[in-house]
Amino acid sequence: MSTFPPTRGFGVGRMKTAGMLVAGGWLLVAGWVQAQPAAASAPATTLRSPSQFSSIADDKARSQALFVEAGKVIQHPRCLNCHPNGNRPLQGDGMQLHQPLVLRGKDGFGTTAMRCASCHGAQNFQATRSFSVPGNEHWHLAPLEMAWHGRALGEICKQLKDRSRNGGKTMDQIIDHMARDELVGWAWSPGAGRAPAPGTQKEFTDLIKAWADSGAHCPT
Amino acid sequence: MTPLTINRKPVEVLAEPDTPLLWVLRGELQLTGTKFGCGMALCGACTVHIDGEPTRSCVTPISAVGLREVTTIEGLSGPQVAMLKAAWTDVDVVQCGYCQSGQLMAAAALLRQNPKPTDADIDAAMAGNICRCGTYPRIRAAIHQAAAMAAA
Amino acid sequence: MVTRRTVLLGSAGLAGALGALMVGWTAMPPRPRLVTSDPLPTGPGQSALNGWVKIGADNTVGIVMCKAEMGQGIYTGLAMVLAEELDADWAQVRVEQAPIDKIYQNVAGIVESLPFHPDDHGTLKAIAERITGKAMREFGLMLTGTSSSMRDLWLPMRQAGASARAMLVAAASQEWGVKARECRVEAGRVLHPSGRSASFGELAAAAASQPLPDAVVLKDPKTFKLIGKPRKRLEAASKMDGSARFGIDVLQPGMQYASVEMCPTLGGRVASFDATDAQKLPGVRKVLALPPLYGSTGGVAVIADTPYHAMRAVKAVRVEWDDGVAANLSSDEIYQRLAQSLDTDEGFHFYKHGDVDAALKSAVKTVKAEYRAPYLAHTTMEPMNCTVQFKEGRATVWAATQVPDMARRSVAKVLGLAVEQVDVQTQLLGGGFGRRCEVDVIAQAAAIARESGGAPVQVIWSREQDTTHDFYRPACVSRFQAGLDASGQLLGWLNTSAGQAIMPQVIERMLGLRAAVPDRTTSEGAFDQPYEWPSARIGHEAVELPVPVGFWRSVGHSHHAFFKESFLDEVAHAAGRDPVAFRAALLARRPRHLKVLQRAAELSGWGQPLPAAADGTQRARGVALHQSFGSIVAQVAEVSVSPDKRIRVHRVTCVIDCGLAINPNLVRQQMESGIVYGLSAALNDEVRIEKGQVQQTNFHDNPVLRFDECPVIDTEVIASDENPEGVGEPGTPPVAPAVANALFTLTGQRLRRLPLKLA
Repeated sequence: MSTFPPTRGFGVGRMKTAGMLVAGGWLLVAGWVQAQPAAASAPATTLRSPSQFSSIADDKARSQALFVEAGKVIQHPRCLNCHPNGNRPLQGDGMQLHQPLVLRGKDGFGTTAMRCASCHGAQNFQATRSFSVPGNEHWHLAPLEMAWHGRALGEICKQLKDRSRNGGKTMDQIIDHMARDELVGWAWSPGAGRAPAPGTQKEFTDLIKAWADSGAHCPT
Repeated sequence: MTPLTINRKPVEVLAEPDTPLLWVLRGELQLTGTKFGCGMALCGACTVHIDGEPTRSCVTPISAVGLREVTTIEGLSGPQVAMLKAAWTDVDVVQCGYCQSGQLMAAAALLRQNPKPTDADIDAAMAGNICRCGTYPRIRAAIHQAAAMAAA
Repeated sequence: MVTRRTVLLGSAGLAGALGALMVGWTAMPPRPRLVTSDPLPTGPGQSALNGWVKIGADNTVGIVMCKAEMGQGIYTGLAMVLAEELDADWAQVRVEQAPIDKIYQNVAGIVESLPFHPDDHGTLKAIAERITGKAMREFGLMLTGTSSSMRDLWLPMRQAGASARAMLVAAASQEWGVKARECRVEAGRVLHPSGRSASFGELAAAAASQPLPDAVVLKDPKTFKLIGKPRKRLEAASKMDGSARFGIDVLQPGMQYASVEMCPTLGGRVASFDATDAQKLPGVRKVLALPPLYGSTGGVAVIADTPYHAMRAVKAVRVEWDDGVAANLSSDEIYQRLAQSLDTDEGFHFYKHGDVDAALKSAVKTVKAEYRAPYLAHTTMEPMNCTVQFKEGRATVWAATQVPDMARRSVAKVLGLAVEQVDVQTQLLGGGFGRRCEVDVIAQAAAIARESGGAPVQVIWSREQDTTHDFYRPACVSRFQAGLDASGQLLGWLNTSAGQAIMPQVIERMLGLRAAVPDRTTSEGAFDQPYEWPSARIGHEAVELPVPVGFWRSVGHSHHAFFKESFLDEVAHAAGRDPVAFRAALLARRPRHLKVLQRAAELSGWGQPLPAAADGTQRARGVALHQSFGSIVAQVAEVSVSPDKRIRVHRVTCVIDCGLAINPNLVRQQMESGIVYGLSAALNDEVRIEKGQVQQTNFHDNPVLRFDECPVIDTEVIASDENPEGVGEPGTPPVAPAVANALFTLTGQRLRRLPLKLA
């Protein structure tokens, strides 16, 4: 549940109304975030910086808001397509089932004779003026315990923090992963024919750091 | 000049490093068994093996190949392949034949790594290879038959 | 051209004289098809016994093949036919390309394209068929298409084989001083009871100098050794080891490569272009503009040293396009225009029987529906390509083509040569489906070769250029009305449809003539079906639009079968009757059709409960029966629907009566092929046009059926001694309606548009 801003100062009654209005506003926002399909029809292309959240005095609220902002990346097609809730990757800005049929296999790198690397090279390949085949040296699916597609942002947040589901990472290691992992970094240079994740990898990392620094609270 | 290893033979090619392997094979090296179908890794007609793994040569620049072993349909051989081709002939898979190089490359890799594939294994390994002539059911039957021949 | 009301004979004067000439010409027997106008080219030690077979001193039997192999198996089928009558050993049989000559011109396919109903046995039809047959021999085309190769050459190639056999026997009997009738022929040898024997190779030269026999005796089909057996495809091995040469695999010394980029708007042209950037790129030799040629859209071409150099450089050419008349055309507008044309006109009536208006008026129940089908791309696996060399006043063309003499004519025209100065080498086709009946890319290659200083140039289209510059299966809107009486009997069937006509476009782009003819392809599948409507009227309104249209596997049947078999199912359900029984009642006097329908029902388990699919979802069956290209096909599809509304076809049971099956395995292959091709389109494909530009480009937005989506296909070929009929296309028309009918049973949704999408 979202927290209500503190009631201090003004008359209690007015404060209560104001509080309820603000609370209602946050409820709407929280509800909106949870109700949003993972790819909004006009996805964001920029990320706000942590400083733009400093006006939120309450640490927990600010922490959650930072994560919601980072969620624009986490729930972007570039990330969700390879964090599917199943054995098949998704594909494209529309997040359709990958064509042709490909499966994660035993190790997330594909099945026998149809490894991800069969088609996805070490780099994006520009095929036509407007379309490329995405590529990265480490192209593979996130393990099932890191499935994000179809999950609420708050749930994903909990998964990220849970060492039994995040590959045993500490918070520092999570930040490092976001900042430096090449496959994560691919999301911002995905090649022609697909929208990059919003902002930059650095901006995303800054948000994650700020979120961690403010207590790593998960939105509800 | 870029050195490559094609069908167990070292070659040196003039093509620029960003040239896809497919066009080096078909043009400069005159190995036309590997086919052009889409240029975008969507159809599988360009499938070769790199170190034994099926790879789409139309999106693989030669700079990314290095000296790894490239096997094309012309170089696909061995007793297992002979059984696969015998099954292919027995079942009468081929129609126009244009997709068949890629199909055989994928099937050969599957059988080498998984000698007893299930229908689901076959689906997963072959779904990347398009055929417009409808040879899919016979390919499936031929793979099962080759697997049975090898087990016998 | 012949229309239903045309009478050829005038009463007096010029009309009378012409009429008399026509009658005289018609009455003359057709020119024999045994020997070419010029002697056949032969290799060292090889002798041509007639225009269809050459025998080498090395004992190989070279069967002269005038048809293109695009996977349909015609090389093998026709080789079997000739080898049977020749009594050759199958192991010695090879296929050799035929030169261009009148004896190879397709007769059967064109004759059957006349707009007559199969039941019409009238004089007018007989005259028209005879005239067309003769005309096609004189002025016609070498064509592999209309599923007619076997029908066209079944007798001529048997005659050729028997004729050659007789000459071999004559040579042997002369040499041995024995009577010809004492000899027998077996597996490539002539044998005499005295123990003398000789191989074909030993006798070939002497046989070639024998006179052509006056008459030949063809074998009794009961004695066939090859025909009717599932012989292996002749060229299969080469297709499995990479050595088979398709058009795109041609290699010539000093060959250059070209890439083409055409105006994105169909029919547009180059207004101006700037090649500065392109010419700076490595390997580039020349950049040129191409006008529209033989139906191609205008564009720019880059000639370069390697395929990749050409592909990369063509993207760097800056072009100002002149979009032309199609610039504002969209799919929505096209459908509107087609539907509107039906509001005002029923079009040309291809079939009328009884008084359907009265029948509909008196009907207790009327069923009405409108159906639609979209433009479709061919999407052969091998993209469009052609290699041409133009040097010292001669041209050589290497092409994967279904129309070699049209290819020759177009290259000659573009290069200003006589046809005798152009040599066509037909390659294997990586899929044809009717796309390679066009010579657009061949004409382009000639225009490009003119600029290469005598070097051969291979033009390769990208998949994107191929998909966006096709000759599409025409979109069609079709309206139906049917009337039932109180007991659910069909009283009348009214069907009118609207769409572009293919033949006028083909005649214009090939011959430069504008001809208004009733184009059978606009209504085939609608008007020519075996059901005995008590009354019927079936018409088609041709609508002219600037979208290039062409022959797509099964042509008019491809959409009319979907419309007709789906609507028939609607009527059956309205009558409260089983779809198989309802059809059977309309085929009561058609034993061959009834047999096919009932066999398909039997094999598929029609009427018996259908267990659920592996994932627990329900399955249902749908049936369709259709006659096309002389063959009768019935299919039953088993279908389920996943929770996310994806249509899954598990099994298709297919029964075909194609007359004598020359090679039952090839027939089964063609049923599998036609089904997968038709199903791929039914589930996925729609070419959409916005501002005159085709929106689909490659396999991601023009998807095709994949390995894991392919149903199990069970085919039965009905045993028959009738003349062989077509098999290349007849497998395609029934599959879309069989699936749609199954979907109705399963979901209650009646899908009247293609591709099939559930709400």
